[in-house]
Amino acid sequence: MEIAVISGKGGTGKSVVSSAFASMFPNTMLVDCDVDAANLHLLFNPEIEHEEVFIGAESAVIDYDKCTNCGLCAEYCRFDAISFVDEIITINEVFCDGCRLCTRICPEVAIKMVENDKSRLYSGNYRYGKMVYGILGPGEENSGRLVNLVRDKAKNIAEKEGINTIIIDGPPGIGCPVVSTVTGVDHVVIVAEPTMSGIHDLERTLELTKGFNLKTWVIINKFDINTNMANKIVDYCKTLNIELLAKIPFDADIVKAMVNCKTIPEYLKDSDIHIDLLNALNKLKNHAK
Amino acid sequence: MEELILKNKNIKIAIASGKGGTGKTLLSTSLFSVLKNKYDNLTLVDCDAEEPNSGIFLNKELISTDIVTQRVPEIDVNKCTFCSKCHDYCAYNAIFILPPYKIIRVINELCHGCGACTVACEFGALTEKDFEQGVVSEYKIKDTQSRFIESRMKVGVMSPVDVIKAGLKKAGDNGIVIFDAPPGTSCPFIHTVVLVDFVVLITEPTPFGLSDLKQSVETLKTMNKNYGVVINRAGLGNDDVYDYLTENNIPLLMEIPFDREIANHYSKAEIASEYMPDFSDKLSNMFETIIKEYGNSSN
Repeated sequence: MEIAVISGKGGTGKSVVSSAFASMFPNTMLVDCDVDAANLHLLFNPEIEHEEVFIGAESAVIDYDKCTNCGLCAEYCRFDAISFVDEIITINEVFCDGCRLCTRICPEVAIKMVENDKSRLYSGNYRYGKMVYGILGPGEENSGRLVNLVRDKAKNIAEKEGINTIIIDGPPGIGCPVVSTVTGVDHVVIVAEPTMSGIHDLERTLELTKGFNLKTWVIINKFDINTNMANKIVDYCKTLNIELLAKIPFDADIVKAMVNCKTIPEYLKDSDIHIDLLNALNKLKNHAK
Repeated sequence: MEELILKNKNIKIAIASGKGGTGKTLLSTSLFSVLKNKYDNLTLVDCDAEEPNSGIFLNKELISTDIVTQRVPEIDVNKCTFCSKCHDYCAYNAIFILPPYKIIRVINELCHGCGACTVACEFGALTEKDFEQGVVSEYKIKDTQSRFIESRMKVGVMSPVDVIKAGLKKAGDNGIVIFDAPPGTSCPFIHTVVLVDFVVLITEPTPFGLSDLKQSVETLKTMNKNYGVVINRAGLGNDDVYDYLTENNIPLLMEIPFDREIANHYSKAEIASEYMPDFSDKLSNMFETIIKEYGNSSN
């Protein structure tokens, strides 16, 4: 069973929830799909067994020995990545989308593609089972494809090791990497915070999961920061027939747990928050698909 | 006199963070509010097109809305010979083709609109049509000359980059422009910060905050950008972020202590600096420091 924890808005407590879910039962597979800002390996300090290079995208590079400075490539490029800088045709690597069109139309065949190879995919052991995560190189693209590879790797290992529960920590937002994170999972858990921004982002995230027909649940984190807003989220979920999975209060001990690289079941063992999240996870595990 | 000189300043500042939820929108809207009474030519751009939030905090009037589109190919199956050249040219797997069955489809969501397929086709079977990516809206802030621009990606679209770029274009180059950047360090972030004179990285003093800050710093270094750091929720974590800043000579621009009052204002979509004069003064000072060092750049 795959359970993805996402949030739309960043910083609502995804990692707090996913790390708690990932430290309740032995023989769990933990997957960090927030490849842009992977964090769970800091918390669990996994023993890495495999490291793989991920080729995120390619960028176009001009061979100036062949280039006649004709500027045709700049006319074709739709990403504003090619222009004359001090009268010399130049490719801006940041804007290059890797479409290769310039390499195909260049009359002198003076442009070639080079691979961006700074991203990594890791797998290994953490204290409750197996863990897989990806780290996107600084400024690299194609995080959605890396997320797909991370998930595939996790599924393969889980199958081999006989692991039934896969907990996925997702990226913020609603774009490509989030779509890759939730596609085909059994449960999506959205962690929301009781703020106007939080409600706005929750609406957009629910629109996304509804579009993909995913079984979706909501956890309200820091609900006591503004109980009015928290109640609004509760009512909103009711109208959409979305079940509220748990409500977590603001508690400075949760931050302390993270600072000490401990999860809620470890740092706040048998606390109300721990019990509520344990019940939440059991509910997901026992829920017939 | 100094105020007058500052009125003519041109500067673009991005408020960014690797980790989400560290306070980008809190800082952007508060800084914007502090500056709106001081400068005539001020614009705030919400570049977090996947989850745009700044607008919720502002008292604004809509001026215009532009639909942002991307071109996608349309295939005339009567002219198509199923030669597969368009499929071979596509770097994004956006054209699905089964020649033996004479099946060819464009997957609009995967298309980046590069135009390679239309160049590839030798039979005139490909034309292009517009595919909606989202909207860019321009607002006027009530009782001021300030502008707010919001990039909003349509739900279901894969990449916010086109909508972000359209918003940045709309903002223009004049005056003081503040960008509320998207989280992370990949394409949406890069496309936002590439145009700015200075990046304010906001983080929190936790191991997660530090790890993501490091990644943002590495990315900005490769881009040769000037940057400084604001620590939000100071007092809630540990000292590792401070040690990192000292060791790497990165300026600490300001600290925002953890304060339930700020959290409460934020939750109600109120701009915290309008209720907290101390916070407002600190923001004002931070801005003066940034503009003295990095203002009037040609970017």
